[in-house]
Amino acid sequence: MNKTCRIVNLQDEYSQIYKDNLPFLKAGAPNKMNALRDDAFELFNVKGIPSNKVEEYKYTNLQPFFKGTFDIAFSSESAIQNNDHSFTCGVPNLDTHNVFLINGWFSSQDATDKLPEGVVVGSIREKAADYPEVFEKYYGEQSNDGDAMAAMNTAFAQDGAFIYVPKGVVVDKPIQLVNIMIGEQDRLVFQRNLIVIEENAQAKIMLCDHTMSAQKFVINSLSEVFAATNSVLDLYNIQNQHNLTTQVASVYVNQKKHSNVLTNNLTLHSGITRNNIRVTLDDEYCESHVYGLYLNDKNQHVDNYSFIDHAQPHCESFELFKGVMDDSSSAAFTGRVMVRPDAQKTNAYQSNNNLLLTDNAKINSKPQLEIYADDVKCSHGATVGQLDEEAMFYLRSRGIDENESRILLMYAFAYEVIEKIRVEALKENIRSLVEKRFRGEYDKCDSCVICGQQGVSASCL
Amino acid sequence: MAEDQDKILEEVTGGEYKYGFYSDIEMEEFPKGLNEDIVRMISAKKNEPEFMLEFRLKAFRHWQTMEQPNWAHLKIPPIDFQDIIYFAVPKKKPELESMDDVDPELKATFDKLGIPLDEQKVLAGVAVDAVIDSVSVKTTFKETLAEKGIIFCSISEAVQEYPDLIKKYLGSVVPHQDNYFAALNAAVFSDGSFVYIPKGVRCPMELSTYFRINAINTGQFERTLIVADDDSYVSYLEGCTAPMRDENQLHAAIVEVIAMDRAEVKYSTVQNWYPGNKEGKGGIYNFVTKRGICKGDYSKIMWTQVETGSAITWKYPSCILQGDHSVGEFYSVAVTNNYQQADTGTKMIHLGKNTRSLIVSKGISAGKSQNSYRGLVKVSKKAENARNFSQCDSLLLGDKCGAHTFPYLETANSTAMVEHEATTSKIGEDQIFYCNQRGLNTEQAVGLIVNGYVKEVINQLPMEFAVEAQKLLEISLEGSVG
Repeated sequence: MNKTCRIVNLQDEYSQIYKDNLPFLKAGAPNKMNALRDDAFELFNVKGIPSNKVEEYKYTNLQPFFKGTFDIAFSSESAIQNNDHSFTCGVPNLDTHNVFLINGWFSSQDATDKLPEGVVVGSIREKAADYPEVFEKYYGEQSNDGDAMAAMNTAFAQDGAFIYVPKGVVVDKPIQLVNIMIGEQDRLVFQRNLIVIEENAQAKIMLCDHTMSAQKFVINSLSEVFAATNSVLDLYNIQNQHNLTTQVASVYVNQKKHSNVLTNNLTLHSGITRNNIRVTLDDEYCESHVYGLYLNDKNQHVDNYSFIDHAQPHCESFELFKGVMDDSSSAAFTGRVMVRPDAQKTNAYQSNNNLLLTDNAKINSKPQLEIYADDVKCSHGATVGQLDEEAMFYLRSRGIDENESRILLMYAFAYEVIEKIRVEALKENIRSLVEKRFRGEYDKCDSCVICGQQGVSASCL
Repeated sequence: MAEDQDKILEEVTGGEYKYGFYSDIEMEEFPKGLNEDIVRMISAKKNEPEFMLEFRLKAFRHWQTMEQPNWAHLKIPPIDFQDIIYFAVPKKKPELESMDDVDPELKATFDKLGIPLDEQKVLAGVAVDAVIDSVSVKTTFKETLAEKGIIFCSISEAVQEYPDLIKKYLGSVVPHQDNYFAALNAAVFSDGSFVYIPKGVRCPMELSTYFRINAINTGQFERTLIVADDDSYVSYLEGCTAPMRDENQLHAAIVEVIAMDRAEVKYSTVQNWYPGNKEGKGGIYNFVTKRGICKGDYSKIMWTQVETGSAITWKYPSCILQGDHSVGEFYSVAVTNNYQQADTGTKMIHLGKNTRSLIVSKGISAGKSQNSYRGLVKVSKKAENARNFSQCDSLLLGDKCGAHTFPYLETANSTAMVEHEATTSKIGEDQIFYCNQRGLNTEQAVGLIVNGYVKEVINQLPMEFAVEAQKLLEISLEGSVG
């Protein structure tokens, strides 16, 4: 069931689409998914697509990008029209458990691939029926924080990935979710993931969004992550889409005692990207790492919004976002750290560094500390600047030419985020891609970092 | 140790406001409420020329279309703007020759405040334009200043005598459309100070104004305008106290500063208005718009503030760095205790080439107070080689208070260097321990550490003010600061 929707006035049409297609949205979807739709829609309808008048979206007006004529798939058949394309996806020297989604709908996974016992990876609408107790317990528990885009996702989403790692299981290989955007028409895509890591379990997950055709894609994806006591989770969000793409990617993380979660948003190429990262440190002794790297050029825009909620004492959070802005690109960063009353002995460190390469590039940075407890160590720092002249001089005095020195320093700047990647092969891959990108050897639009697949460069503006 | 500190902090909260007294001076008041007639009455009362009435009415009409802003990290109880008296004048209009003629009650008020209005203080070199509830009572040193061509008078006087300057500069930095409280002020401002420093003149003394909100239920709407012409220099001091009063009082002031080529203006504020009692009852609402423009090349504006009073502070002294090579600086200490709330900071707007700005903000929260820094550093596309450094530190004394930082950095030029740093912490037990074992008790140790913490800002204040500021810190954090 594919529908073409023309959106001019935003709320009116979205409201109509919702009402007209409610039976399709509900068909085959798990009960709890459907039960949350109406309230979420109500909230979305009141708040609307955020413009820059909304404080949290001050530097990114999403409204113009959600207008247009889009196809929306209300069933998996219509989303996955072209199933026979061969798609290989892999990082050199990295063996992964692969899962494919097409336009947000679960498509396939390697049947020969053997997951550790008890680990479940699959379509959220199918697995919800098999594991109702997990689904009922966790689905939608974090995403109801009042954010309009999260509410929109809850109202419209029908499928996505479900990952469950039971107690004590360590998933050996990273799990890679590849979401392929493809279509004859411009497309509006919703994707909803639920990731539950039980006690003492460990997993590494890579989210890779990838545009395969030159159409305009508007993506609203949301992942809810629950990390139980003593669990360890890495979540790499690798964004590599063409310039016509608008993506709102929300990640909600809930951490329990002694858990250790790392999220890293690597925005290597995209049109308009908005990343919402909300981490709740819900129990004592949690450790959270929130990282991001954005390399923008042309007229791209990347907005990273992070909210670290220190709800309990004795937790630590480390945040680092770095960006390089070239051409007429722009970027924004909001880092909100909240230390709730009585969340004593909190350590929270945050840093945002930016390099501006041209006078048409722009950066808006908004680090924020909100602290209601006294026995804490919190700091944030933000800088905007250029390459260090003294470092340039040092390199040049040693016989390295200007261009090479520049590349070296930019690469060193970006490497601080890359080195936080805890998957060796992925780190190496990203490292070489970033270096190539700075050298200009690599046409950023040609292929996907993860897949090495040739894309359609005509889509680049 | 922790218990000790708790005890000390309890004593801190026990500190009573020392300036709580009420001068019984006969007042002439307008009826409560605000409408066009009141605005006309204010203007008529002050015998203002037509353009001022127009100015006020335009602002008032605009104000009616606006809504009270709610973006600050403050809980503001609803304000009934119709329940405020917008104009109050001491009835015995004093046009006095010497101090002896001053109403003894009023004089006593000043004495209690320790205002250097009397002869000895005059010898100390401070010219005072003291403002009690909206009308200038006494201006000293005017003649000495006049010799140099410096104009230092009340704004109502300036409207009468220098209408051209007023017409040219009033509202040029803070237009009435700027914000809700600026519009309100532009409509009903009662009085304030006007300073004009002519070309090449270095003002020989610190100019200072003491504000006091006195009568019950009078909102005070000050308006200050400082114009520093080419190559001039002036240092301006502003200090305030208000008597203890249970109902909240509204204060919505505007300060405009204009610095021409190579001019330098230093504006220092010590604000210790009544912060409300221990239960958070009463206190002043302080909604102030302060902004300076570095119009000329190589000009400099410096804001220094020590904010210890007011129940609610909403204040962002800003600099528009328009001239090339201009410099803006902001030094702030904000102390909140009990149920006080402060949302304060600065804006540095870089427009010219090679402009520089520096922000040093030190927040201290105690009791159940909330203290926020909110600042904007904006580098526009044409501001080549702009440089900014911001340092915002917060010190927490007690586990029920909050300290928040909301900086905004907007950069659109690749040659800009913008840096922001913020830290939040409490006084370390190791620091206290160190002091203890060197013979200081915990109370003295806290005092020593707090003093060291704010030193960077206090050092920027003129001598007399620095002493007063330190005393105010003592009152605000009484018991723990020595």
